[in-house]
Amino acid sequence: MKKSTFLLLLAMGLLGLLATACGDDNGSSTNEDANSDLVLITHDSFSLPEELIEQFEADNGATVTILAKGDGGTMLTSVILTKDNPEGDLVFGVDNTFLSRALDNDIFQRYESALLDDVPEEFRVKGNLVTPMDFGFVNFNYDIAALGAANLDPPQKLEDLTDPKWKGLVVVQNPASSTPGLAFLLTTVAYFGEDNYLDWWKAMRDNDIQVTDGWETAYYTNFSLYGGSQPIVLSYSTSPAFEQLYAEPPRDDAPSGNITPDGAVFRQIEYAGVLKNADNPNLAGKFIDFLLSPETQAAFPDFMGVFPVNSKATVTEAFTKFGSVNVDVAEISDDEIAKHRDEWISDWTNAVLR
Amino acid sequence: MNRALNPSGRTATALLLAAPTLFLALFLFYPLQGILRESFERSGSNLEGLRPLIENRYYLERLWFTTWQAGVSTVLTVAVALPCAFVLSRFTFPGKSLLIAIATVPFVLPTIVVAAAFTALLGPNGLINDSLESILHLDEPPIQLMNTIWIVLAAHVFYNFALATRVIASYWANLDSRFGDAAATLGASPLQTFMTVTLPLLRSPILAAASIVFLFSFTSFGVVLVLGGPSFDTLEVVIYRETAFLFNLPVAAALAVVQILFTFVVTTSYTWAQSKSAPGGLTAQAARRPQGRAWILVAGVAVFMLAATLAPMAALAERSVHGADGYTLEFYRSLNDNVRGQVTFIAPATAIWNSLKFAAGTLVVSVPLGVVAAYGASRIARGRAAVEAFFLIPLGVSAITLGLGMLVTLDARPLNLRGESIILVIAHSLVAFPFVARAVAARLRGLDPRLRQAALTLGAHPVRVFFEVELPLLWRSIIVGSVFAFAVSMGEFGATLLISRAEWATIPVAVFRLLGQPGSLHFGQAMAMSTILMLVTSAGFLVLERMRFRDLGTF
Repeated sequence: MKKSTFLLLLAMGLLGLLATACGDDNGSSTNEDANSDLVLITHDSFSLPEELIEQFEADNGATVTILAKGDGGTMLTSVILTKDNPEGDLVFGVDNTFLSRALDNDIFQRYESALLDDVPEEFRVKGNLVTPMDFGFVNFNYDIAALGAANLDPPQKLEDLTDPKWKGLVVVQNPASSTPGLAFLLTTVAYFGEDNYLDWWKAMRDNDIQVTDGWETAYYTNFSLYGGSQPIVLSYSTSPAFEQLYAEPPRDDAPSGNITPDGAVFRQIEYAGVLKNADNPNLAGKFIDFLLSPETQAAFPDFMGVFPVNSKATVTEAFTKFGSVNVDVAEISDDEIAKHRDEWISDWTNAVLR
Repeated sequence: MNRALNPSGRTATALLLAAPTLFLALFLFYPLQGILRESFERSGSNLEGLRPLIENRYYLERLWFTTWQAGVSTVLTVAVALPCAFVLSRFTFPGKSLLIAIATVPFVLPTIVVAAAFTALLGPNGLINDSLESILHLDEPPIQLMNTIWIVLAAHVFYNFALATRVIASYWANLDSRFGDAAATLGASPLQTFMTVTLPLLRSPILAAASIVFLFSFTSFGVVLVLGGPSFDTLEVVIYRETAFLFNLPVAAALAVVQILFTFVVTTSYTWAQSKSAPGGLTAQAARRPQGRAWILVAGVAVFMLAATLAPMAALAERSVHGADGYTLEFYRSLNDNVRGQVTFIAPATAIWNSLKFAAGTLVVSVPLGVVAAYGASRIARGRAAVEAFFLIPLGVSAITLGLGMLVTLDARPLNLRGESIILVIAHSLVAFPFVARAVAARLRGLDPRLRQAALTLGAHPVRVFFEVELPLLWRSIIVGSVFAFAVSMGEFGATLLISRAEWATIPVAVFRLLGQPGSLHFGQAMAMSTILMLVTSAGFLVLERMRFRDLGTF
C-alpha cells in the first residue's frame, strides 16, 4: 500500500514537473525586446538554411520567429481574420491562385524592394503590395518503371489522357482543398477554354480519374512509386529532382519524370508581403530584401522545390536537369482567376465529384 | 435525491460544476462567439450569403451522410468491442496489459500514416493482395477497398474500438456476477442471460462509449479525407474546405453551428438513455485465469485484437526499415541529421520531448477537470443528461473553427495567449477532458449510493468519503480516461495546426513535415517517425496503466 501511494505521488510529481517545464519555455521567449522581434507567418512547406536566417539575425540584431499555419489556404484565412491584430510582421507564400483574396482583404502594406530590379517584369504585381519570391510548375509526373512495365509511353497532350488505356491510371487533387489541384483546374480552363474544360473533366471522370483531397495522399498513397495504383500523379516539376536528391539508397537518376505538354503546365508564383498592422514593418522590409537576395534565392529549389525569381540567383544542377520546364505555361490572368475561381471550383465539383 | 435538495449540497455541486464550465466558457465558447461573429459580419446584415445552405441540396446530403456513417461506425465499433471487453474484464492472462496498450495505439496515429499503413497492407500492391494474387493466380488485386465507404467504416472501428472496449471493460469488471449466476441457476441459457441480464446492466458504459465514438466519427476529418476520398465528405471536411479554400466564412460558420447543435442533441439523447439504465450492483470482482473452453474465447479475442491493430502497425513499422535495397536502419539514423541545415528541421528528440510535455500538461489540466465535471453532474437530480452532454460539446466543435476562434479572441490582455505554450495545453485539454468525464460518469452511475451513505452515517466528512470510498472505486475509470486524454494530446493535429509554433513541434507535426516533401528518404523517415510515435505512446500507456491507487487499481 505504501509503495503504491509513493508511486502515485512520484508520478504526479513528474507530471507537474513536466507541466512546469512547458510553462518555463514561454516565459523566457516572451520577454524579448519587441523591437528586434520579427515574426514570419508562412505555410507548412516553408524552409530555408538555418545559417542564412542566423546571418540575418546577426546583421540586424534581430530574432526571427517562424509561424507555420498549415496549408496555403488555411494560412491566408487566418491572416485575414487576424488582420487588425496580426500575429506577425510579414507573410510568405501567398500564391497567384489566392493573391486576389489577399489583396481584396487589404492585409498588406506597400513595400518596394530595391532588388526588384533583378526580377523579370512578368512576376511583379502592380502597386508592390506584395513582392514576388519564387515560382514553380504544377504538372503531371509519371512513374518511369511502371509505365515501362506496362509498355506505355507518357502522354503527349492532355487530350490523350481520356484514352481508355489510361483508365484509372491518373490521380489529381481536389481544387477545393489543394493548391496544386486548383492550379491544375485553372490550367484546364486555359488549355481547353472556359466553354470546353468541363467536357474534358467529364471524359476523365468516365475514364476513372482518381481525386484526392491533398498532395500528400495523391503522392504517397496513390502514386505507384509508393505502392499505389496510379503511375501518373499531379505534382510539381521539381518532384523528380527531389526523388533523385533525397533517395534512400542514393541514386543518380530520377525514378519519375515530368509530363509537360505545351500549355498544360501551371506556373505558380509565390509572394511575400508586409502586414498592415505589423509591429515591425521596417524589419519586415529588410527580411523581404533578404529573401530576395541572390544568396537566399539560390537555396529555394533545394529547400522548397521552387525556382528563384531573382535572375541573379544560381540553381543546383539536379533542378536544371530534372526539374526545369521549358514549355509554354497555361495562359490565365490574375484578374480572370480572381473573377471566376470560386465559380470554376463549384462547377468542377458538380461535374466531377457529384 | 435528498442530496440535491440540501442547500449546502447544492452549493457544493455548483462549485464542482463551476470549474469545467468556466474552462469551457473561456476557451471554447468565447473563441467560438468571436469567430462566428466575425464570420457572419462578413455577410453584412443580410443573410444572402447563407442561401446556398438551403437551396443547395449538397449541404443537407452531407449532414445526412455524416450522421449515418457515424451511426454505422458506432454500431460496428460497439459490436466489435463487446466480446473484447468481456474477455478483458473477466480473465487475466499473460501479456494482457501489453495487449490493451497495443490496441489503444491506433488512436494517436495521424490518418495519413494510417492510410500509408492500410495501403501497405490492403492496397492494390499491398501485402494481402500480393499474396492472394500469387496464391490464387489472379491478375487483378482481389481486395479493392481504397476510396470506398468500407474502408472509412473499417478505419473508424480501427481507431475507436479500443476506446469502447476499455470504457465497457472497466465497468464490466466490477459488475456483480451473481446476477448472471442467478439467471443461470434459474435455467437461462448463456445467451438469454447475456441478453436479458448482462446487456441491460451494461447499458450505461455502452452508451458512454457509443456517445464518444459517435462524436468522433461524426466529426471525422482525416480518415474521410485520406481514405475515403472526396466523395465521402463529412460536415467537418466541408467546414474546413469552406473556411480554408473557398473562404466562404458565413457558410462555414453556419455549418459549424449546425454541427455543434446537432452533436449536442444526439449526445443528450445518449446521456438521457444512459440515465434510464439499470443501476448495476458494482462490487470488486477478481478477474480469473481462463479455464478449459474459456481459453479458446480468450485466445480468439486476443488474436483478433492483435490482427486488427497490430497488422497495420506492423506494416508501418516494416516500411520504416524497408529501403529499396532491402532492410536498413538508414531512415532512423538519418532522422537526426539536419543534412541541409534547414531552419525548420525537427530533431526527433525535440519532437518526443515536446509531445510528452504537452501530454503531461494535458493530463494535469484535463484529468481533474473531467473528474470534477462527472462528479458534479452526478449530484444533479434533474437535467443531468443535458449537463453531461454539455461537457461533450468540445468534441462536436470543428477544429479549424476553434483554432481560428482562439486566434481572434485570445489575442489581448488579460487573455493574451497567442504565443504562450499553455494555449496548446488548453486546446488539447478541451478535447481530452470529455474522455475523462465520460469514463468517470459511466462508473459513477454504477456506484452503489449506499456505500457513500454508510460512510456519511458513520460520521465521515464528505471530502473524506470522496477520497476514502469513492475515489478508490472510480480509480479504474480515471485511468481509462487518462489514457485517452494522453492519447488525444499525443495525436492532436486539428486546432493545434493553427496555434502551434515551430519550437513546439510534436511528433505528428514532424511526420507531416516529412510527408510534405517528395523523395523516398522523406517517406522512409516519416514512417520511422510514426513508428517512434507508436513506441512512445505505448510506453506512456504502460506507465499510466501502472498507476495504482492503494491496492484497488488492478481490478
